[in-house]
Amino acid sequence: MKKLLALLALMPFTVLAEGIDGANTSWILTSTALVLFMTLPGLALFYGGLVRSKNILSVLMQCFAIAGIASIVWLILGYSLAFSGEGAYLGDFSKLLFAGISEGSLSGDIPESLFALFQMTFAVITPALIIGGFAERMKFSAVLLFSTIWLIVVYSPVTHWVWGGGWLGQMGLLDFAGGTVVHITAGVAALVAAIVLGPRKGFPQKPMPPHNMTMTITGAGMLWVGWFGFNGGSALAANGDAAMAMLVTHISAATAAITWMFYEWVKFGKPTALGMVTGIIAGLGTITPASGFVGPAGALVIGFLAGVVCFNAVIFVKQKLKIDDSLDVFPVHGVGGIIGTLLAGIFAASSLGIFSGQGLAEGMTISSQLGVQFVGVISTIIYTAVATFIILKIIEPITGLRVSDDEEQQGIDITSHEEKGYDL
Amino acid sequence: MKFVTAILRPHILDDVREALSDVGVSGITVTEVKGFGRQKGHTELYRGAEYQIDFLPKIKLEIAISSDQLDSVISAISSVASSGKVGDGKIFVTNLEKVVRIRTGETDQDAL
Repeated sequence: MKKLLALLALMPFTVLAEGIDGANTSWILTSTALVLFMTLPGLALFYGGLVRSKNILSVLMQCFAIAGIASIVWLILGYSLAFSGEGAYLGDFSKLLFAGISEGSLSGDIPESLFALFQMTFAVITPALIIGGFAERMKFSAVLLFSTIWLIVVYSPVTHWVWGGGWLGQMGLLDFAGGTVVHITAGVAALVAAIVLGPRKGFPQKPMPPHNMTMTITGAGMLWVGWFGFNGGSALAANGDAAMAMLVTHISAATAAITWMFYEWVKFGKPTALGMVTGIIAGLGTITPASGFVGPAGALVIGFLAGVVCFNAVIFVKQKLKIDDSLDVFPVHGVGGIIGTLLAGIFAASSLGIFSGQGLAEGMTISSQLGVQFVGVISTIIYTAVATFIILKIIEPITGLRVSDDEEQQGIDITSHEEKGYDL
Repeated sequence: MKFVTAILRPHILDDVREALSDVGVSGITVTEVKGFGRQKGHTELYRGAEYQIDFLPKIKLEIAISSDQLDSVISAISSVASSGKVGDGKIFVTNLEKVVRIRTGETDQDAL
């Protein structure tokens, strides 16, 4: 009898708790690993190669330290603020320290532990993206304090607005994988931080070229692959939505890369490797909010626009406005997130022939959906900008924001961490 | 004895080494250096921002030879290093007072 029970326990349908879908669960487990891989080491390498050799470790260190801190903040408070309660603007404290998440608890038909972990990897990459705005000059202590508060004050609430049952989600905002939640918040925060901290010494007269393009391109490749989990996983199921999200993600990345490459080739005379990989990231960020809603032909248009618009945004912010958003986070992620969120409202529609998406919600037209998308974009920009500014002003008297001029000159690898990236 | 220092384009290093071996030079020291002269620098393009790079990578050759080798050494270097374009480099010649081979203690001509 005991043997029979043991055998029964080994049979697949009894292994699974009631309501859990094994296929969906295994895909989100995989996606979670892919999204973490985007930060560690994808983004770390992408950013690391773009700074000067004296600051390479500081960037890698910030990415990894933020991965640790964001995970802890998400566990203690962030997840609860984002994904609990009925509030329009903020969750409650019922899931502090993942309270109530046990082996058997579900979110939809996947374990809630998995959903919370999947979302944790998003909470890791978003503040890590902001590093690019203040790279090569922000104090390490300030980076840690800023990232902690920013996650609680900006990231968690906006996540709640859009995905946690908050007001933007209720309004019908289309943001599949984080155009507003991740890319607009990160891009705007990076821009505000760059303005508040001021430019790196010598900007813009002194050249500050990337020190290791090989590293940057390696990281970009990891980001492209990892993004399959970011967008494909956001379907929270192993189904047609996930497959279509992954397909359009790939199409957009490929199109934006090639668009950027040719655009630069025509405009400046040479196709550059950095231009191509920047196009990849622009294409990926731009398709993110649209990924579960649009079709492949729509993705082609979105990728093309991502290449053209973000290309000009980079030049506009750095060379016209002379804002030292050092690694171009706002023009690539922020602008990409903005146009992607808006374009989702167009290309989700089923009335565009070959360019149709999966259809708008009942009762919505392209123009009414665009109105909602616009509200989502504007509210996220304004809230993020104001909150980020206040956070920086609050931590300024506590830790200071910038390293001293001397330390900046020497490089913050040696002055902040007493290590060198290279000993050649 | 003469001490020859040559600043050359990096890619011709192997050719120069061969040409010098052919005229009997038995040892050279090479350093990777940066500098500028009439060639000026070049521009690099990163995300639409053009940077003027003033210092170009060059190699510096240092060779100790006997005085009678000088002409053949200069012509050996010149023959492979000359492209006729700005940036081929320069050869500097100075008098060499003393040479010591550390292992044996031999000096001057014997130590070359």
